[in-house]
Amino acid sequence: MSVVALFFYLFATITVASAFMVIASRNPVHSVLFLILAFFNASGLFMLMGAEFLALILIVVYVGAVAVLFLFVVMMLDVDFAELREGFLQYLPIGGIIGAVLAIELILVLGSYTIDADTARVAVQPIPDMAETSNIKALGDLLYTRYIFFFQMAGMILLVAMVGAIVLTLNHRPNVKRQNIADQVARDPDDAVTLRGVKSGEGI
Amino acid sequence: MFESEFFLTYVAPPLWMLAQSVLMLVLLLVTVAYILYADRKIFAAVQMRRGPNVVGPWGLLQSFADLLKFVIKEPIIPASANKGVFLLAPLVAGVLALSAWAVVPIADGWAVADPNLGLLFVFAISSLEVYGIIMGGWASNSKYPFLAALRSAAQMVSYEVSIGFVIITVLLCVGSLNLTDVVNAQRDGLGTMMGAPNSLLDWHWLALFPMFIVFFISAIAETNRPPFDLPEAESELVAGHMVEYSSTPFLLFFLGEFVAICLMCALTTILFLGGWLPPVDIAPFNWIHGAVWFVLKGLFVFFCMAMVRSIVPRYRYDQLMRLGWKVFLPLSLFMVFLTAFVLQFMGWA
Repeated sequence: MSVVALFFYLFATITVASAFMVIASRNPVHSVLFLILAFFNASGLFMLMGAEFLALILIVVYVGAVAVLFLFVVMMLDVDFAELREGFLQYLPIGGIIGAVLAIELILVLGSYTIDADTARVAVQPIPDMAETSNIKALGDLLYTRYIFFFQMAGMILLVAMVGAIVLTLNHRPNVKRQNIADQVARDPDDAVTLRGVKSGEGI
Repeated sequence: MFESEFFLTYVAPPLWMLAQSVLMLVLLLVTVAYILYADRKIFAAVQMRRGPNVVGPWGLLQSFADLLKFVIKEPIIPASANKGVFLLAPLVAGVLALSAWAVVPIADGWAVADPNLGLLFVFAISSLEVYGIIMGGWASNSKYPFLAALRSAAQMVSYEVSIGFVIITVLLCVGSLNLTDVVNAQRDGLGTMMGAPNSLLDWHWLALFPMFIVFFISAIAETNRPPFDLPEAESELVAGHMVEYSSTPFLLFFLGEFVAICLMCALTTILFLGGWLPPVDIAPFNWIHGAVWFVLKGLFVFFCMAMVRSIVPRYRYDQLMRLGWKVFLPLSLFMVFLTAFVLQFMGWA
């Protein structure tokens, strides 16, 4: 067994085990922490396949930002764990069906390469040999030329979602004092201080 | 035994890597001990105090005395704390901070590992450092640490955005995310175009000037240093996420924080101050080894950070967020466009 295979089984086992623990652990914060462990090991798997850029972006985006916000929200929620588990049997059939559909789709997508060897030729835009180009260059070339419209579309969707979230939560309250930095910076002694000559014993 | 193929492929490289890592670790920890001492001395000098001056000559052994004190004291775990996560948090903070140093090149070829995407690796690790604080803050099961965890989560995510854009502008200029390439790309630049010899005018700090400042300030915010030390603001939160920690777990948090600060200094040196390149590439300067220049530059950046710490008052939380999202984000986004435009227009890309 080569070292790569050894690492693959190590990462794969931990990924699957921590993914199981995400749904099995009693404490939601522990669930998110196991999710982070799963992300980590998935990025290890990417790394083994030579997709370094994807591996590191997975860590930066999912672990470094998305999971932080997850953890942020989950920590703030006061979840009653017993109540959460009550409907387990009731929702089991629906959950099972969704899981089965996902599993079948994954098997079809990944299995199509073995079912029909031509799929790989049709579906994949050939990229240059990895010896000539780097990971990040090959991805950039594809994203910004062949898939530019999909890429832009995804960006637009994210932008609209962001604007929507801001519009929904924006709440202009009157009578709230806010700091205006420009005003503060523009302030000078002439309009802030007045000098008065006060005579002794008289006051202003 | 030593000639066998098994030994050469499977045993020797890990052993060699282990030896390099241990050397790096020891040097790094000694550096941190004296960085800590320098920090306190600079802070004291600004306030016209003496600073640590009792342990050893001029107080030089103060950090080692502190280390001994932390290790000998009793670790206390609060009864209502989530024990596993409580003990995991300082480990995460310490290990993550140290692991980023694996890819930092001290001089040409002097790195434990030099991967293609080294810069992205450092960025990924530094974006994970928030976990130590969040986990510690939550697991302590107490008010102040929890507030610190919430503050630090929002703060670090905000400032990572501008650090990411700064890294993209550097990437545009260099064309590679390899840290050695980043330094070597600064051999020639604005200075040589104007006819000067290879000098400090070629480094990125001049060509990408606003980004140098943005990166410096974001680095301070990312490492929770004053004036952005809101997660551990003593006057409001006692000691923030570290309130419930004592002994070795506290030491690990503290160590992680200072190793991260050293990392940010090294990263500023590599990205903007020409890494191990001498300030002027002529006779007396280029006799000195690159590692010396690297350390000197890193110490200079740290000195600037220490001065900022002692001079600038702490930011209020909304001011911190305003700076990150309303000033740095538009500025760095604009600079990415400008850099890309100039590179394309002048044909330097």
